[in-house]
Amino acid sequence: MSSEFFGNWFLPGIWITVQVTFLSAALAFVIAFPIGVLRTSRLWIVRFLAGAYFEIFRSTSSLVFMFWIAFTVPPLFNISFQPMFAGVLALGITYGAYASEIVRGALAAVPPAQREAGIALNFTPMQRLRRIELPQAWPEMIPPFNNLLIELLKGTSLVSLIAVADMTFAGDLLRLVKNESAPIYTLLLALYFVFAFILTRGMRLLERHAKKRVGQTPEKTSLFGGLRAKSSIDVVSGTGGAK
Amino acid sequence: MNWNWDHVDEFMPLFWDGVELTLKALFFGTLIAFSLGLVWAVAQRSEKKWIRWPVTVVTEFIRNTPLLVQLFFLFYVVPEWGPSMSPLTTGIVGLGLHYSTYTSEVYRAGIEGVPAGQWEAATALSLSKRRTWTSVILPQAVRRVIPALGNYVIVMLKESPQMAAIGALDMLGQAQNYSQTTFTFEAISVVGVAFIVIAYPASLLLRVLERRLVR
Repeated sequence: MSSEFFGNWFLPGIWITVQVTFLSAALAFVIAFPIGVLRTSRLWIVRFLAGAYFEIFRSTSSLVFMFWIAFTVPPLFNISFQPMFAGVLALGITYGAYASEIVRGALAAVPPAQREAGIALNFTPMQRLRRIELPQAWPEMIPPFNNLLIELLKGTSLVSLIAVADMTFAGDLLRLVKNESAPIYTLLLALYFVFAFILTRGMRLLERHAKKRVGQTPEKTSLFGGLRAKSSIDVVSGTGGAK
Repeated sequence: MNWNWDHVDEFMPLFWDGVELTLKALFFGTLIAFSLGLVWAVAQRSEKKWIRWPVTVVTEFIRNTPLLVQLFFLFYVVPEWGPSMSPLTTGIVGLGLHYSTYTSEVYRAGIEGVPAGQWEAATALSLSKRRTWTSVILPQAVRRVIPALGNYVIVMLKESPQMAAIGALDMLGQAQNYSQTTFTFEAISVVGVAFIVIAYPASLLLRVLERRLVR
């Protein structure tokens, strides 16, 4: 692999992967909290609408959705946007749905007496949420968020298929130009693995920090312990759902 | 908005071709994922370090890298050393291999859920290791994890469109081809709806199954 190609395509590709990961994670995060909270609402219509959002995006392929945004929305509504915008939007909306399920599950796990205590103290619903329920639910959310973030990181490789020049796209381009594939794809796989590893480690630190703050004892972790999905059945699939 | 139903009619035959390929990939991919996952799970409980370690490293690596890049790897790199496979075969192997690392995690949870007394009982009856696994542990473990495994069938269905990137024309691949030759967008919308129509009832079915089996 010549350094020229590396500098022109691969490094910018890595940077785009990082950007797409963080932008879509941020979007997913911003979507997940209100939707997750609304899904615990006492009004059935609110619960139903928020639940429908989750069900729809859980049941469609994120790639199909991405194609739909990138190639169907512009002609249908006579607008145009960058492919990266479509990619981030599709990933953010899809993973936001999964993340909302995590938020809902963690909120549901807060003991009901805590909510009642808030009512007894004459807190408004907003105050209860912000000062009682979310701080307790937060440490519960971090491990599944961690898994989801890894899924999202891997999901970003899909944006290469709508012509966003991320690192997978750069790799594919290099294969065509250089007519050589083994070193390129091996490097790509290694890069994704390293990124996933760094993300997992970072989230572990965050988890320890959050648990200490609410007075729970953080677990000891081994080198590979952090990578193993804790509740992969519920979370990674996005189809199970925390109790 | 300028939706045209004629394009939908024209796309339909291609759509069914795509459905056929998707179902084929899903069926054989599931077969690989379910059986290989069990192998990983049992191997990771092995007492021998030289079995446990490589399996852990390989499964972690596969789990933490994207399916799409793995498909590219299988399609473009593997033929340099060994057999070259058709896009569909590559897709099946890729899907199966990728999701076997997820199902192994499911099996692991199932195996760990078998009460310790069952292991002890098998030791007390001096059953061989093979008998312990096949007649005591696995029948109990597998029954509990069937709903969770079912989830992965749906996940695999949703991820199967990635095969289009290596030229296996599934539902999305057909839609993409059609859209690019006719400059229309109806086909992709049809496929999007098709996924909801298949996946949502399937997940409802799984919920029923879960209630029946896990009690």
